[in-house]
Amino acid sequence: MTERPATASGDGGDAGDAGYPTSPDQGETLLALDGLTKHFRNDGGFLSGLTLGRDVDGLVGIDREWVRAVDDVSFEIASGETLGLVGESGCGKSTLARTILQLVQPTAGDVYYKGRNFAEMGREELRRQRRDMQMIFQDPQSSLNPRMKVGRIVEEPMEAHGMLDAEGREARARELLERVGLDPQHYNRYPHAFSGGQRQRINLARALSVNPDFVVCDEPVSALDVSIQAQVLNTMADLQAEFGLTYLFITHDLSVIRHISDRVAVMYLGEVVELAETEELFEHPRHPYTEALLNAIPVPDPRAPGVRGRLEGDVPSPIDPPSGCRFRTRCPELIVPGDYDLTPAEWANVRAFARSVDRHEFEAESELAVRREFFGNAEPDGEAGRIVDEAIARLLTGEWDGAAALLNESFADRSICARGRPDYEVEPERDVDRHFAACHLHRDGTPPD
Amino acid sequence: MTAPLLEVENLRTRFHTPDGVVRAVDGISFTVREGEIVGLVGESGAGKSVAGASLLRLVEDPGRIVGGEVTFKGETLVGFPDGRAEAGDGSGDDADDRWRDDVLSAEAIRRRIRGREIAIIFQDPMESLNPVFTVGGQLREFIELNRGLTQGRARELAVDMLREVGIPEAEDRYDDYPHEFSGGMRQRVLIAMALACEPSLVIADEPTTALDVTVEGQILELVADLQAKYDTSFLWITHDMGVVAEICDRVNVMYLGEIVEQADVDDLFYDTSHPYTEALLDSIPRPDRPVDELDPIAGIMPEAIEPPDGCRFHTRCPDARAVCTEINPDCRPLDDAGRPHRAACLKHESVFGAGYRESDPIENEAAGGFDVGRTEEGTDD
Ligand SMILES: Nc1ncnc2c1ncn2[C@@H]1O[C@H](COP(=O)(O)OP(=O)(O)OP(=O)(O)O)[C@@H](O)[C@H]1O
Ligand code: SF4
Ligand code: SF4
Ligand SMILES: [Mg+2]
Repeated sequence: MTERPATASGDGGDAGDAGYPTSPDQGETLLALDGLTKHFRNDGGFLSGLTLGRDVDGLVGIDREWVRAVDDVSFEIASGETLGLVGESGCGKSTLARTILQLVQPTAGDVYYKGRNFAEMGREELRRQRRDMQMIFQDPQSSLNPRMKVGRIVEEPMEAHGMLDAEGREARARELLERVGLDPQHYNRYPHAFSGGQRQRINLARALSVNPDFVVCDEPVSALDVSIQAQVLNTMADLQAEFGLTYLFITHDLSVIRHISDRVAVMYLGEVVELAETEELFEHPRHPYTEALLNAIPVPDPRAPGVRGRLEGDVPSPIDPPSGCRFRTRCPELIVPGDYDLTPAEWANVRAFARSVDRHEFEAESELAVRREFFGNAEPDGEAGRIVDEAIARLLTGEWDGAAALLNESFADRSICARGRPDYEVEPERDVDRHFAACHLHRDGTPPD
Repeated sequence: MTAPLLEVENLRTRFHTPDGVVRAVDGISFTVREGEIVGLVGESGAGKSVAGASLLRLVEDPGRIVGGEVTFKGETLVGFPDGRAEAGDGSGDDADDRWRDDVLSAEAIRRRIRGREIAIIFQDPMESLNPVFTVGGQLREFIELNRGLTQGRARELAVDMLREVGIPEAEDRYDDYPHEFSGGMRQRVLIAMALACEPSLVIADEPTTALDVTVEGQILELVADLQAKYDTSFLWITHDMGVVAEICDRVNVMYLGEIVEQADVDDLFYDTSHPYTEALLDSIPRPDRPVDELDPIAGIMPEAIEPPDGCRFHTRCPDARAVCTEINPDCRPLDDAGRPHRAACLKHESVFGAGYRESDPIENEAAGGFDVGRTEEGTDD
């Protein structure tokens, strides 16, 4: 801790001090992730969200299946900022949060907090750091002990960290209740007497009780009605300004992310695929997945132009994620393999054909019918044309799997998208520092440092 | 203008709970015409689901339809003998003698209407699919029963439907169990089931709320395609104004058991005529543009057991005046609108003539400033 005195206000010596943390210097790196990775052993048989609970130390039993929940994630969060982390269910957001907070052991990679590597901290230091990092969960209902009065709930973390005496804790709890927009008189009530939004405020008060600098918020407003959601979001913004908090704000809701975040990281299947300042990302997305996400949000405006783009297919299993770019099995922009000379229209047709064969979406009645359905406007010739011919021939003899395999290994698997993990800094469109986009469309850009 | 397919008139449904009577649906009226997607939108507890379930008399105990009329294609699904609307004893909605003579029996609704003419899709697909039977088997049986087809023919149709709603390798997936499908795929199966009998009306209760946004996008697009193809009408229940804007033709906004505004979708957003709708629209963060400061709706939703007197929104309404605490406005047509547009707000003085203009503004939660969300009473220790 000693090498960062400016940011050390929230821990250690101030245990007897009921004051609020002073704002750390804005802009300094508070948290840094370096190649953070978390794999779970999948021994639940059928893959479901429930199988993500088992934890192991390192990659021993290689013969087992591993759920690659978080893979090689690196980013930094500056003091006082809100980094939004957005992605669809199962993409690894919550696992990443839990790994950052050391609630589960990382499989690989490091977490630096205020410049210190968690892996190198002793127990006492770890304990102190934990106090400095608090978490707020999605479900305000289940995260509050129903048999405890609100006051006790807020005081509990202070007690656990030996902060203040009983009287001091009570005074602080009452003050915090007021700060989060509740009535301090509610100190003696039980959680059931509160609405969802109020319960989330109790959670906020509880998290803030131990003077954290860093708060991880995992879908904190997702369970709330929109009108209440706005109240809680506003309160969170006020508290951030007042206490100089740094937020990692996790949600699947892009509207909320746009509103609350300074920068946004987009996750897909265990990886961060794009990271940029919020408006840069929303106005100039550079990763096809981000684009698809943004296109998919229903806009509360009946005159909003355009139909939503449709992202095909489902997210693949994190046990055996696609090679190269993990988004490639659904990417509308998959890059044509260098081996073939195809026009964009021909390539689009080949991909649509391959996808439909793979999903067995049609019946192959005759060669002509297939050609007409998929290659009406542009049919590849040369090597690519011969492969398509062969695939159609297989379809007509009922070999769907064979046709799908042929198309796959001849086309998708040869794309650069399947062959290397994309990792690029692109030139930002707006006046911001950096824009990271893990997509080979930007392979002319520079690799990140 | 086509005649309404579904007409709901002053429908009322209550729950008798130990804490008191919940007026979950309290006198709502709306119509759904052929080929229309009509939205029913509102926050949690507004009564949307109960309203949807009441249409087919599917309200569960201790709930009870206590008044109003529902007609569908000229047949009466809910209707009370004159003067007996509130007649209530312990018997549930299935006791057919509660209803007027021309009202369809519970048996007739089950046999002829539900599934065939009016299908329902619920929010949680797992609730509607039996986990111990295969997806295809359930779909086949449903088709067999409701369309009187042979097993073989029903199976073919089931596979066709699965393909039509975009289940990859439909033939192979036919024998899978519900847990082997992702949430989005299960919802597709339910849509297949809902559409299998080519019903005229589908009641969809938050069918995409539990889904990821890209999956929701797929489903909404699918519904739009199918709707265009079969000309099915939808009653779309949701809390999401984005979804409303995206797919609805007309919209009903609910607050505490009542419909407070009813309009074409464009008018609802661009000629908003009820303070609650306005507040709802102002409180949402936008995906399409930055919003500096969200403008939350003050306070919390009051209990449905003892809704506020007068206009139910008056405790949170920024425009509330004294008269609003006395008169509960019904949802009336606004005269200046070119298209049918109704609102239940006394601000429309020329329509209500309740003396709003001369009435004094009142102190309420909306006037409370920074500590919105705080409850009123504060001394219990
Ligand atoms: N089984 C029940 N017993 C008692 N009260 C009930 C029951 N079901 C619903 N209610 C009450 O009826 C009112 C309307 O509920 P309803 O489920 O229709 O709301 P909703 O608008 O669908 O909300 P959500 O958006 O949360 O689904 C609420 O006050 C609710 O508490
Ligand atoms: S790397 Fe290829 S597959 Fe991945 S997002 Fe970019 S274009 Fe699409
Ligand atoms: S009637 Fe009064 S309280 Fe109700 S919405 Fe209109 S202005 Fe607000
Ligand atoms: Mg509901």
